[in-house]
Amino acid sequence: MPRDSQTERRGAHDPIIEVRNASVTYDLEYRDAMVLDDVSIDLRRGEILGVVGESGSGKSMLANAMMDAVEEPGITTGEIRYYPERGSEPVNILDLSDEELRSLRWEEISMVFQGALSSFNPTMTVRGHFEETLDAHDYDVEEGMERARELLEDLYLDPDRVLDSYSHELSGGMSQRALIALSLVLEPQVLLMDEPTAALDLLMQRSILSLLDDIKEKYNLSILFITHDLPLVSGLADRLAILYAFELAEVGPSEQVVRNSQHPYTRALLRAVPSLDAPLETMRPIPGSAPNPANTPNGCHYAPRCPLATDECHEETPPWFDTADDQRTACFNHDDAGDAVPLELEVVES
Amino acid sequence: MSDQRNSTGSQTTDRDDETVVSLEDVSVHFEKEQGLVDSLFNDAQRVKAVDGVSIDIPENEVLALVGESGCGKTTLGKTIIGVQRPTDGTVTYRGQDVWDAKDGNRDASVSYGDIRKALQIIHQDPGAALNPNRKVLTSLEAPLKRWNSELSTEDRRARIFALLDRVGMQPPQEYAHRYPHQLSGGEQQRVALVRALLMNPDVILADEAVSALDVSLRVETMDLLLELQSQFNTSFVFISHTLSNARYLTEKAGGRVAIMYLGEIVEIGPPEKVLRDPKHPYSKVLRWATADLDPSQQELTDPPVRSIDIPDPVNPPSGCHFHTRCPEAREVCTTEAPELGDEAGQPGAHCAGCHRTDPDHEYWDSDPLDGVEPTDAPRPRGESDD
Ligand code: SF4
Ligand code: SF4
Repeated sequence: MPRDSQTERRGAHDPIIEVRNASVTYDLEYRDAMVLDDVSIDLRRGEILGVVGESGSGKSMLANAMMDAVEEPGITTGEIRYYPERGSEPVNILDLSDEELRSLRWEEISMVFQGALSSFNPTMTVRGHFEETLDAHDYDVEEGMERARELLEDLYLDPDRVLDSYSHELSGGMSQRALIALSLVLEPQVLLMDEPTAALDLLMQRSILSLLDDIKEKYNLSILFITHDLPLVSGLADRLAILYAFELAEVGPSEQVVRNSQHPYTRALLRAVPSLDAPLETMRPIPGSAPNPANTPNGCHYAPRCPLATDECHEETPPWFDTADDQRTACFNHDDAGDAVPLELEVVES
Repeated sequence: MSDQRNSTGSQTTDRDDETVVSLEDVSVHFEKEQGLVDSLFNDAQRVKAVDGVSIDIPENEVLALVGESGCGKTTLGKTIIGVQRPTDGTVTYRGQDVWDAKDGNRDASVSYGDIRKALQIIHQDPGAALNPNRKVLTSLEAPLKRWNSELSTEDRRARIFALLDRVGMQPPQEYAHRYPHQLSGGEQQRVALVRALLMNPDVILADEAVSALDVSLRVETMDLLLELQSQFNTSFVFISHTLSNARYLTEKAGGRVAIMYLGEIVEIGPPEKVLRDPKHPYSKVLRWATADLDPSQQELTDPPVRSIDIPDPVNPPSGCHFHTRCPEAREVCTTEAPELGDEAGQPGAHCAGCHRTDPDHEYWDSDPLDGVEPTDAPRPRGESDD
């Protein structure tokens, strides 16, 4: 049963992409494997939305589904609507032809994934990549290269040096930044980023995040940032969406989700993250392991690991509850989550 | 999770102060690979992966080596366990020079084989370290057959099953008959850990053993490692690029953290000091890089470095290696390399290699470099240097 199409209320916010009841299934011999299960969420114009999930939670599927880029034989269902301007007619991404998709990609919606090295052609200079991209989309190359230089500088790169290099001559952090510059050279409105910094050192990751914050303002971008690393993104993102085992568990403003989550999984995840200052005793593992896609439990996917699970949880998919201003939680027992999975963030402040 | 040793205090009493491995002024330099044309016309380029490091690993030590990629932490780790030969300096195991033993020096009191057995490693990618075509049991039996050939098949297996059970792989008989691809990443890592522990080693090097795991598994895995560490009286050297993992491991075990930058240890000491109250500007930068869950600490500020990229290790900057990025660098830093201090290799000491730790250094009268905000804070004169 589809849950919740109405929960992201229209009107109050200005969505640039609406994801509605998006599912991705793989048809296996014996049963279907669902790797994204009925996900509905908006990316709002001008925001940074952090999507947090552990490996195998379906978070990369979400990014792929949003650009109809799920690999065969995966089947994407639901709706992905793109609103180029406030109140304009939506573009239904899942209905587009390959040709239409190709031009939408890069020009309107760009994607940056982990591991720049594999995204660059090793026999072509970075300049070659910029020129080829501009050319393939019929953009003015000279003007575009001016933009490229500015973007590279925005990302703390020396344009002359980087443009004349091959990707393997650059460090991981440099080539990943060059890739971000490349993804922005056609002036897209939306940037979808899937673990864009995961292979890098923490200092570089955090540096790139602080640059993204500036770049978002300068170029009026809306950014979807997918990561397994909750603390990394919580300072950057305006809102957080927590994904567990292919479905959304909770969505809300970052600070609220971190301070005042109403979902047992979000809270357990917050507790499981080793940090620098919190007392050691407050860090606890989450018992059990996540289900695999061919074997997701009925009802709430978190039920087998959840200390609050009741019979209802094992049988029925929890609907969304509005748990605070602009925060929604998919949990029958959200009122008790705070007591069942106590967090001691407040204690940390000293 | 029974054994949560108190972080301070207890260590000094129950630590056996005998040194297992000792490094003295160790350097590891690699020739950088280059094309034929380059090699005809240029001298070979040398990367100083480890540059003049001295450190002792006592029994029951938990040491975390932390730094960005390319800082030399993995090379230093491998040098500590005697699989990487230093280009300079000496590595001794219980007083025996490791590389003398390897070279067949007849006077060796400990054979190289015994040293290798005593110093074990768990790789970052345990899947790659296990033979995919062999069952877990076969992989685990091999080293025992080699090193403990006196054991009967039965005893050998009993030992393996007991350890598998100990690391939570239950029932062990069933796990022992699986192939690596039938194990999860976390389980493969436990097998690698069991393989190391079967040798009753003195030191285990764990290379990024935790950061590859899913968040929800990290604390559990670290607790297991620490339990085994104390149960087997093994010293652990953890290599990590994650400060928060390093803190968890070392603070819980009363160990040490060493921060590395371009081949050198720049700060070393107990985690409560190095991570909470860092003295070296680079350690402070790493702290900035470690996102805090506390929402009030989350605001994204600009990186507190003058350059976010690490310089080429082939040509590390003169003087203090960090001066090209350091937010506090002054003229003198470009010419004079700071010392970490003699006591730095000793357990318990907190030392940082930065001129700022010396209240009488000419640093304080030197001009700030371009892009450095001059600090008008009074000199830390009279401050004791613990
Ligand atoms: S719905 Fe039930 S099982 Fe799911 S998180 Fe809430 S209490 Fe736990
Ligand atoms: S010696 Fe100078 S450059 Fe090096 S860390 Fe200290 S202040 Fe910075």
